[in-house]
Amino acid sequence: MIKIWSMKKNEDAAAKRKPKTSAAQIRVQKDLTELELSSTMKTHFSDPADLLNFTLTITPDEGMYKGGAFVFSVNINTNYPHEPPKVKCTQTGRQIYHPNVDLEGNVCLNILREDWKPVLNLNSVLVGLQYLFLEPNADDPLNKEAAEELRKNREQFLHNVKLSMRGGSIRGVQYDRLLVQ
Amino acid sequence: MATEVLTNGDAQAADWPDRYYHVDQILDRPGPRTDPSFMAGDGVKDFLRSQCKILVIGAGGLGCEILANLALSGFKDIHVIDMDTIDISNLNRQFLFRPKDVGKPKAIVAAEFIMNRVPGVKVTPYYGKIQDKDDDYYMQFNLVICGLDSVEARRWINATLVNLVDPENPESLKPLIDGGTEGFKGQARVILPTITSCYECSLDMLNKPTAFPICTIANTPRLPEHCIEWASVLEWPRVFQDKKLDTDDPEHIGWLYKTALARAKEFKIEGVTWSLTQGVVKNIIPAIASTNAIIAASCCNEAFKIATSSAAYLNNYFMLIGTDGVYSYTFEHEKREDCPVCGGEALDISISRDWTVDRLIEMLIEKQDIQIKKPSLSTATKQIYFQAPPQLEELTRPNLEKKVSELVEDGDHITVTASSLPFNLTLRVKYV
Ligand SMILES: [Zn+2]
Repeated sequence: MIKIWSMKKNEDAAAKRKPKTSAAQIRVQKDLTELELSSTMKTHFSDPADLLNFTLTITPDEGMYKGGAFVFSVNINTNYPHEPPKVKCTQTGRQIYHPNVDLEGNVCLNILREDWKPVLNLNSVLVGLQYLFLEPNADDPLNKEAAEELRKNREQFLHNVKLSMRGGSIRGVQYDRLLVQ
Repeated sequence: MATEVLTNGDAQAADWPDRYYHVDQILDRPGPRTDPSFMAGDGVKDFLRSQCKILVIGAGGLGCEILANLALSGFKDIHVIDMDTIDISNLNRQFLFRPKDVGKPKAIVAAEFIMNRVPGVKVTPYYGKIQDKDDDYYMQFNLVICGLDSVEARRWINATLVNLVDPENPESLKPLIDGGTEGFKGQARVILPTITSCYECSLDMLNKPTAFPICTIANTPRLPEHCIEWASVLEWPRVFQDKKLDTDDPEHIGWLYKTALARAKEFKIEGVTWSLTQGVVKNIIPAIASTNAIIAASCCNEAFKIATSSAAYLNNYFMLIGTDGVYSYTFEHEKREDCPVCGGEALDISISRDWTVDRLIEMLIEKQDIQIKKPSLSTATKQIYFQAPPQLEELTRPNLEKKVSELVEDGDHITVTASSLPFNLTLRVKYV
């Protein structure tokens, strides 16, 4: 057998024994404790011992979704950060009028799928989600009607957003009341 | 899922003259560049053939090749772990299996085959997960070779072997040889836990599985894969709500196939098949027998060189790219200082049993050499103090007043992260 230990002797303290905290666990701790949450974002852990599953509530204070409260579930698996966290909008009736969120709560945000990289972190995901409410993107539609409206008639779209957040119905779809004030 | 030592079929334990004639050309005399510690002759042969214990993880495409190569080059005490059973689609390249073996555990069938074919070799199979085994199990081996297709399993064994290293015990350092293939591409690498770069260090080099934008899947499918992802990512949760998709369940795959096919028809897309459906949802990368053979051979040569010291071993990453001609490249992948498994820094601290968590944090902040700001602390099982998010800060704040000794046992480790630290810091706590 090769004599590895002689090489070992030249190594310093960096190579000492480590605790049994998994790599994903350390990374999640680092990501979470360094989150820069603005007053418009709030995290909630229903089981604080479980850092891998929590909800995020976004309450935009500007833009067309101002006044609403949008809840997302964030699920991180043990293969993080090789795999991105799974994010879904979990509004009770799961209904939100937004071009990039479908009626099932799926979210179209590139860094959650095709553009995810391990160097990104939870903060990037939260910032990305917040941005969706400031700048809904008509080019990546999940709710096609909403995207179409945004492209063709911005005024009508704004009206629809307000209507949906008050719990109104648009094209036969009844939306959940999401206004907090 | 029990360990089973199988009897040795027609194999005889005894060697015959010149059985290892060719291998012995290498082992009987040192060469100009062999390591000074190389014990040419009986010493090394005895170590290889009657002492060295090697673990093979995975008995699939790479694993079958690895087992055969090891057995034929003189390793005689081989263990193999695999949690899968044999599928008919494996038979084209996993040559230790026959049609009659379909449905049986890979590890057990592979072990039996090798023992019948190569006299004197003992292969001990374990049909189950690598996570079933504890440190004591992994301690018994001299070397570990991995032929896995799962990132998760590799991360686990890598972290386990890094954690196993005890500075007081040379035997605790187990060289890990990792092989992997993807179509015409592959890599073989030697990891000396805590000494060289580890698997986690190179995690960002991996090709990530292809993911399509969710809006493309939802609105503008162009490829059969888009239709399959539509069925699995969007339709399955919509139709079945919280029922989890099991990619090993043929009924689930059948539903996805039917749903994807209907979608493909609607958009006039061709190419949705059962096997493509399975391939996309299980993220199956086409496996090529000959690439497996090259990579497995390279892994086994390294195992042989490391076990015998008969030649310089790979330092530390061999990459094979056969997609555009044949290109190979060997380089030293560097250890990452901020690797959460082998990087970071460890610090021994001796504190009084009366110290509060608050005092410990103050001490960390004052330490000039680590430049830490706003540290968050945890043990492997609990949070000690988190700076954010607010809910966790509030919950852990009462701990600041508690004694460290109430929360952390003597000799335990505290993981410290902070935005000012690019890596994590490990504190080994001793009470005085
Ligand atoms: Zn590492």
